[in-house]
Amino acid sequence: MLSRHADNLFWLARYVERAENTARLLEAAARLSAMPVSHAEGSNEWEMAVAATGTLDSFKEAYGEANARTVVEHLAFSTFNPSSIRSCMEVARTNARAVRTALTMDMWETINSGWLEMRKRSAARMNRQELSDFLAWVKEASLRFDGSAHRTMLRNDAYYFLCLGSYIERADFTARILNVKADVLTPDRPSVGGGFDYYQWSWILRSVSALTSYHWVYRENLKPHLVADLLILRDEMPRSLVACYQNITRNLDSLARDYGRQGLAQRKARSTLGRLQGAELDEVFKAGLPEYLDGFINENAGLGAAIAEQYLE
Amino acid sequence: MAPVAFDEMTGDGRGCRPAYSLIKSWLAETTPDTLKLRQDEAEFLFRRIGITFAVYGDAEAEERIIPFDIVPRVLTGTEWATLSRGLTQRVTALNRFLADIYGKGEIIRAGVVPQELVYQNPSFRPEMVGVRLPSDVYVQIAGIDIIRTDDKDFYVLEDNARTPSGVSYMLENRDVMMRLFPDLFAEARIQPVENYPDELLATLRSLAPASAPSEPTVALMTPGPLNSAYYEHSFLADKLGVDLVEGRDLFVRDNVVYMRTTEGPKRVDVLYRRIDDDFLDPLAFRPDSVLGVPGLISAYRAGNVNVANAVGTGVADDKAMYTYMPDIVRFYLGEEPVLKNVPTWRCREPDSLRYVLEHLPELVVKEVQGSGGYGMLVGPKADKAQIETFAAKLKHDPDNFIAQPTLALSTSPTFVGEGVAPRHVDLRPFVLTGSDKVRIVPGGLTRVALKEGSLVVNSSQGGGTKDTWIIEDPDDDDLAPQTQSQSQSQGKA
Repeated sequence: MLSRHADNLFWLARYVERAENTARLLEAAARLSAMPVSHAEGSNEWEMAVAATGTLDSFKEAYGEANARTVVEHLAFSTFNPSSIRSCMEVARTNARAVRTALTMDMWETINSGWLEMRKRSAARMNRQELSDFLAWVKEASLRFDGSAHRTMLRNDAYYFLCLGSYIERADFTARILNVKADVLTPDRPSVGGGFDYYQWSWILRSVSALTSYHWVYRENLKPHLVADLLILRDEMPRSLVACYQNITRNLDSLARDYGRQGLAQRKARSTLGRLQGAELDEVFKAGLPEYLDGFINENAGLGAAIAEQYLE
Repeated sequence: MAPVAFDEMTGDGRGCRPAYSLIKSWLAETTPDTLKLRQDEAEFLFRRIGITFAVYGDAEAEERIIPFDIVPRVLTGTEWATLSRGLTQRVTALNRFLADIYGKGEIIRAGVVPQELVYQNPSFRPEMVGVRLPSDVYVQIAGIDIIRTDDKDFYVLEDNARTPSGVSYMLENRDVMMRLFPDLFAEARIQPVENYPDELLATLRSLAPASAPSEPTVALMTPGPLNSAYYEHSFLADKLGVDLVEGRDLFVRDNVVYMRTTEGPKRVDVLYRRIDDDFLDPLAFRPDSVLGVPGLISAYRAGNVNVANAVGTGVADDKAMYTYMPDIVRFYLGEEPVLKNVPTWRCREPDSLRYVLEHLPELVVKEVQGSGGYGMLVGPKADKAQIETFAAKLKHDPDNFIAQPTLALSTSPTFVGEGVAPRHVDLRPFVLTGSDKVRIVPGGLTRVALKEGSLVVNSSQGGGTKDTWIIEDPDDDDLAPQTQSQSQSQGKA
């Protein structure tokens, strides 16, 4: 297929995934900020949300203080933030329009109606209830898109590039959200502290919709190192780094099979997957979790660049 | 005063022409409410499929759809046979003409067409002189605009030989009609149009350069999503099963055109371009074009890629050349034209200019290079001052104008909200010319002026479209049509 079309599909999937992740992040932040304890601790869950998207610097420059109003504006509706939900949906729609021939009717309709709906919304005068409805709607749009792709697309290179976009974006997000609290994560702390600490950990799990899964997998109270274990190393957790890389490797292998050629992207993905599968939690902590996650985020971005060079340019 | 228009259903307004007998009885037994319901349903289908002509980026950007009328326009097999013969003849002559003027120029030496009209024409491309194209075909896809004013003759209003559009509407209109009115289709035995993409692909492939493999690679080139016809481009690429490329997807190496794919460069043999000459190649034409492919024209001239339609076809379809088409047909084919030209005065000729100046209030005067209704005088609708201003313009630069009588385009029954009423229509059939033969799917795009009395069918000015049916000739009673038309003309007298 045309490189430009593959590139459009790859980024279309990334932007849809990013919109959904940002919605989950805001949902969790709104929930955390409603806890009475948050005021006592003097910590700022809104700032954490911005930090997780890696846009803290540009945010502070534009808004100064992080509060419900400024963060919702920045992450959901801003036309200046290229990763805001609004921007994501706009770029997704532009990309979809450019590759209409590669999308099924169901996928196109989801993206197109999503964008038409998005244009009717704005941050002004949105109360808590309306914000929560809006965020639920964003998640639904993303789920509908995934579902229609999964159910209606031919399993060929177009589909593989779409999946690669989703999983690379998802892995990036999981690593970043964990990184927000990585500096206080050590295996020496047997369990989370009381009060606010507890809520922050549950916030992280909620933003990757893994709170219930945590209890099913461990049947224990929240323990920081187990949260890291779940989000990095457990392959039954669909947003964990290892699960994302299993999918990335599978899709890259399908491409290599169809095209009859392996390349740098396949080698990079397999080596990252191998390291994730062979890793023990202790080793991860020995290296220092923030360093480990920073390293992963760079490696993941490097894979994106390798895919671009091999296929998309 | 324009004469009373010929109505394709009723003739003079009282009878019913045989082609429309089914439509007439269908309209008689269907209430306006039901028609309204169907009309809404049709609109819903168009929106859902996304058949839009977009002003993308427009703040209003609820993308617009062209209004669709659910009452079909009908022609009989006999009428179509005449039309089809005339279209083949006309397009064959267009191709011979282009091959001649970019080749030996015999028609100019014979004095049939004035040389300055060819060589000084802004659409003439000196780059094409002496280039031999596969099978000498220049206009692979033509959209010939046809009108009629009575039940005998068809007139050509315009030859579109550059990048004619609208074929997606022909196909989608049929699709939607078949969904809405399966019973009508069962009864009427309408000739299918859905094979158009297959015919188009066969045409394009037949004209691949000699160096191409037996399964040549075809790509459709679009200016991109900002273009108002982008929907049609993506629709056709989809139906043809070919890649929809933009200029940046293509590059030229050693005079060969490649597209950038996920599997590396892939050679392109035939480029169906929906982008104007000017923007094709910044090295050959407009240097500021970012839509084009540097080196494309060089590869084309070297015979390593074919481009459809050919570069430089615009010289054959402007309004000044139009007036010579009957002579062009006679010159190359030695036949009388089947399709007539609308009588046209060339203001460059002193006698004609005198006549035009004397009769301005009853004529339509157009700029030779104009389009979209700009720079045009509609005599019967203009006031005295406008006519005087225009007369001055005309005297100053007569070469730039032609004049035609105001024509009473035929009407066809159309659903207009409260009921069914006659509205003016034209027809754009699509004529495909390959190395092996000319292909025309039976039908075309009927455009209808939805405003009462309006003669303007352009979608940008309130025009809509209809499905166009070519039906078998009514065979129940061969004498009936004749008897009826006799009684009609008696009634009229």
